[in-house]
Amino acid sequence: MARVSVVVLGAGLHPWGKQGRPFTEYGVAAARAALREAGLAWTDVQYVVGAATVRNGYPGFVAGATFAQAMGWSGARIATCYAACASGAQAVDVARTRILAGLCDVALVVGADAAPKGFFKPVGGERPDDPDWLRFRLLGASNPVYFGLYARRRMAVHGSTPAEFAAVKVKNALAGSLNPNARYRKTVTAEEVLASPMVADPLRLMDICATSDGGAAVVLASESYARRLGHTRPVRLAAVSTITPDFPNTFLDLPAFATDSALAVPPPPRPFREAIAHAAYEEAGLGPQDLSLAEVYDLSTALELDWTEEIGLCAPGEAGALLRSGHTALGGRQPVNPSGGLASFGEAVPAQAIAQLCELTWQLRGQAGARQVEGARTGLAVNQGLFGHGSALIAVR
Amino acid sequence: MWFTVEDGLTYLVGTRCTACRTVCFPPRSGFCPNPHCAGEELVETRLSRRGRVWSYTNSCYPPPPPYEAAEPYVPITVAAVELEAERLVVLGQVEGLTAEQLRVGMELELTSSGERWMWRA
Repeated sequence: MARVSVVVLGAGLHPWGKQGRPFTEYGVAAARAALREAGLAWTDVQYVVGAATVRNGYPGFVAGATFAQAMGWSGARIATCYAACASGAQAVDVARTRILAGLCDVALVVGADAAPKGFFKPVGGERPDDPDWLRFRLLGASNPVYFGLYARRRMAVHGSTPAEFAAVKVKNALAGSLNPNARYRKTVTAEEVLASPMVADPLRLMDICATSDGGAAVVLASESYARRLGHTRPVRLAAVSTITPDFPNTFLDLPAFATDSALAVPPPPRPFREAIAHAAYEEAGLGPQDLSLAEVYDLSTALELDWTEEIGLCAPGEAGALLRSGHTALGGRQPVNPSGGLASFGEAVPAQAIAQLCELTWQLRGQAGARQVEGARTGLAVNQGLFGHGSALIAVR
Repeated sequence: MWFTVEDGLTYLVGTRCTACRTVCFPPRSGFCPNPHCAGEELVETRLSRRGRVWSYTNSCYPPPPPYEAAEPYVPITVAAVELEAERLVVLGQVEGLTAEQLRVGMELELTSSGERWMWRA
């Protein structure tokens, strides 16, 4: 595949939290911050892509045009995309593609969320044709139930322990304590994690990511536009993977009642999450050994260990040992979630994949402050959205 | 929904493609989900009543609506069960067992309660 790329001129976040403001405010704050970094005015932006979410109480106005109107109508072209938790990566890909096609030079990608308290709920009313509604109705299968299934499976197959899961939280809370945009800034001990209330056996409250308010934005541009603007050595977007699973998907992904059957067709060589990262590596012409850092979607502590293996930092079953060795901690050779991850941010669905790219950008520029990964050159961010949405980004500098 | 009870035995009802044998649960209509198969005839099929636990968990807090949680709430147990003949994994609530009593690999069989299919020892 051609090694063409677009560059990240600016990144911006509104701090994650539970501020209770309209999501538009978070998105605009993040967009303005990203534009300041890029040295651009809002009116310079030719194309706006909004990352969307669909949830109870969230009608169709969660869209690119919502942010464009809030910034002040400028006539910019617009797009909106939905890919659940992967919405941000898909929004980045849409903007990138238009730039690479030569249809625009500079684009703004924005995602923001004001999340309801507690468990995510499906859309209301009687919706027996909606699998997301039915899994709650028939099974009581909230998102943490699926996280609990994955964690228990990991314990059975790989011998992971609750203490190992707690160690992930301790690592990520330490990194998050150094990140001014994180919602949770306190360090925690393994004892505190193991004493927190059980939510979905074997996962406790502090093993599971919260739902948060937050906003994230990036300014993407063509390399020639960046040069004209005087940006020397900008961060390059080397790959965006937005793949879907291969049939049969033999892993029980949210919000499914059952896996595909492998009766007629054998399972694909790589399970879905592994394939998401693999497609990004292929596109960038890089491999896991090249990574300086990775941001992975730690919806639970146990899931971070799964991702650590699935992105190829170690063999299946070895992520616990890698964690204990310090390899994936700040100061280690390949820190995982140096931002603090979802453990420190909580999840602001349509903003999250964009926030991951912001972290890669700051790390690769050497602007990550107290959580800086020394000599960072290559970063990977991975994520998975409901209903078969893959998401992986590789940034290099 | 998606199950039938006959002579006191509960069966999950899925579909089977007459062209490639791919089984689906929940049942599908229209065409086969196997991208290599052009099959358009999906017939109802009963799934195996027994399988082995792929994984399990519970919900210590009442799930949000539209789940109708009992009051007072007793944590529900959920298991993902692997059906060998169909080569798929199916979720269900578990009757009569807590998470502490389950093990990966344990054999469970299907039962039902009201609108819900359930696994039991």
